[in-house]
Amino acid sequence: MSESDIPSAYVRDKRTPPPSREELRARIPGWGVDLDPADRPSYPRLQYPADTGAHWDFPERQPGSEGREHSIEHAFVTPVFGTAQPLRGPSGAIRRYAYRRFSEGRLAHWLLLVVGDRVDAWEHHLQSFVSGRPDVPASGVRTESTHGGVRSRRGRSDVRHQLLDPVVVTGPWVAGAGVVVLGVRRLLRAVRG
Amino acid sequence: MRAMVYRGPYQVRVEDKDVPAIEHPNDAIVRVTLAAICGSDLHLYHGLMPDTRVGHTFGHEFIGVVEQVGPSVQNLAVGDRVMVPFNVFCGSCWFCARGLYSNCHNVNPNATAVGGIYGYSHTTGGYDGGQSQYVRVPFADVGPTKIPEWMHDEDAVVLTDAAATGYFGAQLGEIAEGDTVVVLGAGPVGLIAAQSSWLMGAGRVIVVDHLEERLEKARTMAYAETLDYDELDDVVVELKKQTDYLGADVVIEAVGAEADGNFLQQVTGTKLKLQGGSPVALNWAIDGVRKGGTVSVVGAYGPIPNAVKFGDALNKGLTLRMNQTPVKRQWPRMFEHVRNGHLTPREVVTHRFPLEHIAEAYHVFSSKLDGCIKPLILPDAA
Repeated sequence: MSESDIPSAYVRDKRTPPPSREELRARIPGWGVDLDPADRPSYPRLQYPADTGAHWDFPERQPGSEGREHSIEHAFVTPVFGTAQPLRGPSGAIRRYAYRRFSEGRLAHWLLLVVGDRVDAWEHHLQSFVSGRPDVPASGVRTESTHGGVRSRRGRSDVRHQLLDPVVVTGPWVAGAGVVVLGVRRLLRAVRG
Repeated sequence: MRAMVYRGPYQVRVEDKDVPAIEHPNDAIVRVTLAAICGSDLHLYHGLMPDTRVGHTFGHEFIGVVEQVGPSVQNLAVGDRVMVPFNVFCGSCWFCARGLYSNCHNVNPNATAVGGIYGYSHTTGGYDGGQSQYVRVPFADVGPTKIPEWMHDEDAVVLTDAAATGYFGAQLGEIAEGDTVVVLGAGPVGLIAAQSSWLMGAGRVIVVDHLEERLEKARTMAYAETLDYDELDDVVVELKKQTDYLGADVVIEAVGAEADGNFLQQVTGTKLKLQGGSPVALNWAIDGVRKGGTVSVVGAYGPIPNAVKFGDALNKGLTLRMNQTPVKRQWPRMFEHVRNGHLTPREVVTHRFPLEHIAEAYHVFSSKLDGCIKPLILPDAA
């Protein structure tokens, strides 16, 4: 390797200068219109907007915050909050404990919330079996035939781990069914003496 | 009303729900006319985001018509056509007063580390989202903006998150004239980040992905060079070769917590959920940027820890910049760029599904079937 072949990283300046402004402007629509950082909306990071639309210093409090779960890193339930899907049942108890006992800085907080999510899902799956609309392990899979499931995946490296999807998706259902079958068999044996 | 409903990992469907009501004097109820599925919705769909409750309606990218307003609303009226930023924010807390709308402290009781987001689990406040016929919009005087007459609806809906996030990601990169910018991920955010990098003076833009239709879009829509990592033994080594062994001046990570490219990270992070997703792209960003360079992270990550190569970031003296996008702050300048044709948000849209086919839309987008880059949801289509 001659000295002129030594890559830029090992010498003072980049060997290949970037294209000129004129060349870039000719090729790229709008090249450089935000070249000046002052034209960029998030520069500097902290700004003091003249008018956000807020006509309050502290917002009026939304009714119904009593008993609502909140992070213990908050001083109180925020003045506005979502009211979708309030806590209920065993999953609600798990989630409430996660919020009441652990801060966001503790892994236990998040892992308990994930456990609550899985319990929540199974509470609803079980309810769905006695409803007129039972849950299925995966929704939308019919698009595999209508939207080129095989064609779309040809040559893609992510197919390797997508092969695990049926196991990941249906595994808990198979395990759940196994538990039910075993339980019923034990029950029948016990009844028969 | 009809609304998308989460039933558990990999399971969504449409159900009848009550039309939302005014719950605070500054609420509005918006009839959704167009919504989108975001790549980050897939984290919820796959069960990666803690406190995602059964019955939750996803959707933080939507536009619509104001149907009802609370008694203190001054800036909107019934019938206004509005685009709604994905952030729920008050406009008056310590953070909003400094322009950090995505970090609002008055809207999310469930966590302090993230602000409020529509339809994005209870970890972001427990607000049902816009993949439905109606949605509650808190702080109607602060968040929504009337859609300009000249703006196409599909541009407007993509501007509520994906496009704004791409533009914001390029800003976080602190791009200087002539910089080599690498964008990881050629999804909607990455494509707009690549377009935006040119506006900020990049001398070279390289987009990395492994889906040919997305790389093609990066070439035609964003005038970028492209790298298909499926064709490379080691993408980091290729980035070093491409940059004369310096590394990129700026890397924009526009992938987030479900990155492909490393089998072990994918399986432990997204399949077995032993970590908070798969940070492959973030690690490529840290390794692919030059020493003293800047990594901009706008790919979405949740609160559970990841196996990130922080030591390399330290030893290379990197600047790591990241945030959820304060969307409304981006809009005035972005509107100019869209009107002038410098940014083309609706070019990322590839599919349109009726709300009733929401399960199919999620499966197609999640599995990246049929060249899907950005699916829109039409609430009133049959």
